[in-house]
Amino acid sequence: MSGAGSVGDERAGGTDVDRTPVPDADVCIVGAGPAGALVADRLAGDREVVVLDAGPRFDPADRLARQERAIRPHYGRPDVWGVGGARDAHENAGDWFYPLNHARVKGVGGSTLHWQGMVMRLHEDDFSSGTERGVGPDWPIDYADLRPYYAEAEKELGVAGASDNPYAPPREEPHPMPAFEPSYSDSLFAEACESLGIDMHSVPNARNSEPYDDRSPCVGYGTCQPVCPSGAKYDATVHVERAEERGATVIDRAPVERLDHDGDDRVTAAVYATPDGERHRQEAAAFVVAAGGVETPRLLLLSASDRYPDGLANRSGHVGEFFMDHLFAGAGGTLDEPTRQNHVGFYTSACDQFYDEADESQAPFKLEFFNYAGPSPVEMALTGDDWGDTLLERLRDGYGNHVAMGGLVEQLPDADSRVTLADDRTDDRGNPVPRIEWTVGDRALDTIERANEIQVEILEELGADVEWVAGPDATGPAYHHMGTTRMSDDPETGVVDARCRTHDLDNCWIASSSVFPTSGAMNPTLTIAALALRVGDDVAEWLGDET
Amino acid sequence: MELTRRDAAAALAAIGATGGVALGVRRATDDGPIDADASWDGEGTPDDEAVREAMTAVARVLYPEEVSGIDAFVDGVLDGRLDGSAHAEGVRAAVTEVESAARSWYDAPVAELSAAERDDLLRELGADTAEEDPAGTTAERVRFFVVNELLLALYSSPTGGELVGIENPQGYGGGAKSYQEGPR
Repeated sequence: MSGAGSVGDERAGGTDVDRTPVPDADVCIVGAGPAGALVADRLAGDREVVVLDAGPRFDPADRLARQERAIRPHYGRPDVWGVGGARDAHENAGDWFYPLNHARVKGVGGSTLHWQGMVMRLHEDDFSSGTERGVGPDWPIDYADLRPYYAEAEKELGVAGASDNPYAPPREEPHPMPAFEPSYSDSLFAEACESLGIDMHSVPNARNSEPYDDRSPCVGYGTCQPVCPSGAKYDATVHVERAEERGATVIDRAPVERLDHDGDDRVTAAVYATPDGERHRQEAAAFVVAAGGVETPRLLLLSASDRYPDGLANRSGHVGEFFMDHLFAGAGGTLDEPTRQNHVGFYTSACDQFYDEADESQAPFKLEFFNYAGPSPVEMALTGDDWGDTLLERLRDGYGNHVAMGGLVEQLPDADSRVTLADDRTDDRGNPVPRIEWTVGDRALDTIERANEIQVEILEELGADVEWVAGPDATGPAYHHMGTTRMSDDPETGVVDARCRTHDLDNCWIASSSVFPTSGAMNPTLTIAALALRVGDDVAEWLGDET
Repeated sequence: MELTRRDAAAALAAIGATGGVALGVRRATDDGPIDADASWDGEGTPDDEAVREAMTAVARVLYPEEVSGIDAFVDGVLDGRLDGSAHAEGVRAAVTEVESAARSWYDAPVAELSAAERDDLLRELGADTAEEDPAGTTAERVRFFVVNELLLALYSSPTGGELVGIENPQGYGGGAKSYQEGPR
């Protein structure tokens, strides 16, 4: 079927699918995003695995139509993957507005369906912020603990990268694929950066620079975020399909409404709804909650019981607290020469030079050199009241000489930045919706200004007419939900232990960026993947011990 | 700059259609009179041939003068687009409204109007200032299914991109090389 308006209604039909519980399941995973998919793939084959996801299974044949939605002005970001409505209702109550439904996709594949696909490892100091930077908690694990899992995650996702970044943490072997070559505009930036003594280097992409894992290399559709029609960009359907081939059962449109437990601090069942209006109980020996930084704490809070009146796994009282995202810092303008933007939808060069200057007053931050600055001609063509020669003239005037830089800044964990349950608003199943109170501290805002200073300095050295700066007053989130079930060795200060198992329940793990005690300033998905692979190993070992 | 079979195929990818491209089967050239061989009499729903004629006539107004090969390009795009989908029916319904206005206000099908009259017709319908909406007013639907349909097809194609200075425009899978190359 063709056309943006012909995308199937993901929430209609499909009632003839068997969504009943799987008997004798070893593991029940809540969420079919990258974390859940990797855990499922890790365990499938040897164990009876069930994955429940609140959203639909998207038809791969609709990818081009979703691309059209990404380009056409009528459709907003949530429309591309059918986010919104009563299912995804939420409240904002914090100092800062959080655009939650722009920041997630519900369904098989999760938010990797719309992500940018940048996959950096956290730096060594990110694991010991309290010790090394004097702020925030240390993680109960360090870089060395996660290092082998990072390498494995890079292979699983398929990462194109190079070892030319002098500021990156140590690695043991090359990336699975060569890095994407620098862009033409990178070469323009390189001259300016060299004269300023600022280093540029390649950036790891979860995007095929060559055929990999039976998937196409990038063909340059230019709509990476929010949809890659070619499959060159990794998304979690890769591991969902692999897990299913090896015997896992994935049930879509099955929102888990609560986790039941017994009197021995074990989860016994995930109670989920199905499109036919029925409710089911999926029992299993072990449970892995992999529903992201918002729905994970929500599910635990929805699972309150007489034994756990404040929510499951919440004896610490910290479930939902310390909600974090990365803050965007950016600047851009125009040159008096062509800059060749918008041929691809990803960036190829970055600067981590200033990252480890972080201390109590300055957050870690990274800088990015965009390949998609300024307007896309085709998107420009679909707005305005002109056509014919007049339109062409406008497009030629508007496209061709833009440059821009971006950057991500860490925000510190703050208990008042949190996800709770709304008092009097419910979703399509009658369950309280998530209530988000997002707050950002001065350290992050001051660091945005610092990033802006460097960005403007580079742009001016480049000879650009700087036309915009996204500073503290114009910043926004990078759609990386983190921190709401933090990891700690101490059951009083964290929700999960160093192995991502909940302190309170012996058979319940959390695989998500929600376990991050601090966020660093690197895109989180590679760390999510590494932690998920480790959870997979731990669950396998635990099941072995149990039997 | 001539639109080619490759442009139509690329446009079909960008607009999410997977149908074949059979350029040259109906019309290989344009710039002359539009083939007015559709049998549709303006009543009811236009058949595919009538939709093609109307869309081609509109494209000749929407596309810049330096583009040639418009008739075959539009034909090729519609080969993939008129596939019985909900979107295809949206195109057909919007064309019906454009044709209805043409026959009411100008006493002739769109294809028989002069270029200036076609331009006026689209503006009188409000398609120039409307924001596209597949479920909106007549103006918004014409903007979505006719005007933006054709502009999207052109400017997501390699030739349409090159008009603006980008040989791999968004929506076209033109490879991961051109972003590395300097200005031509």
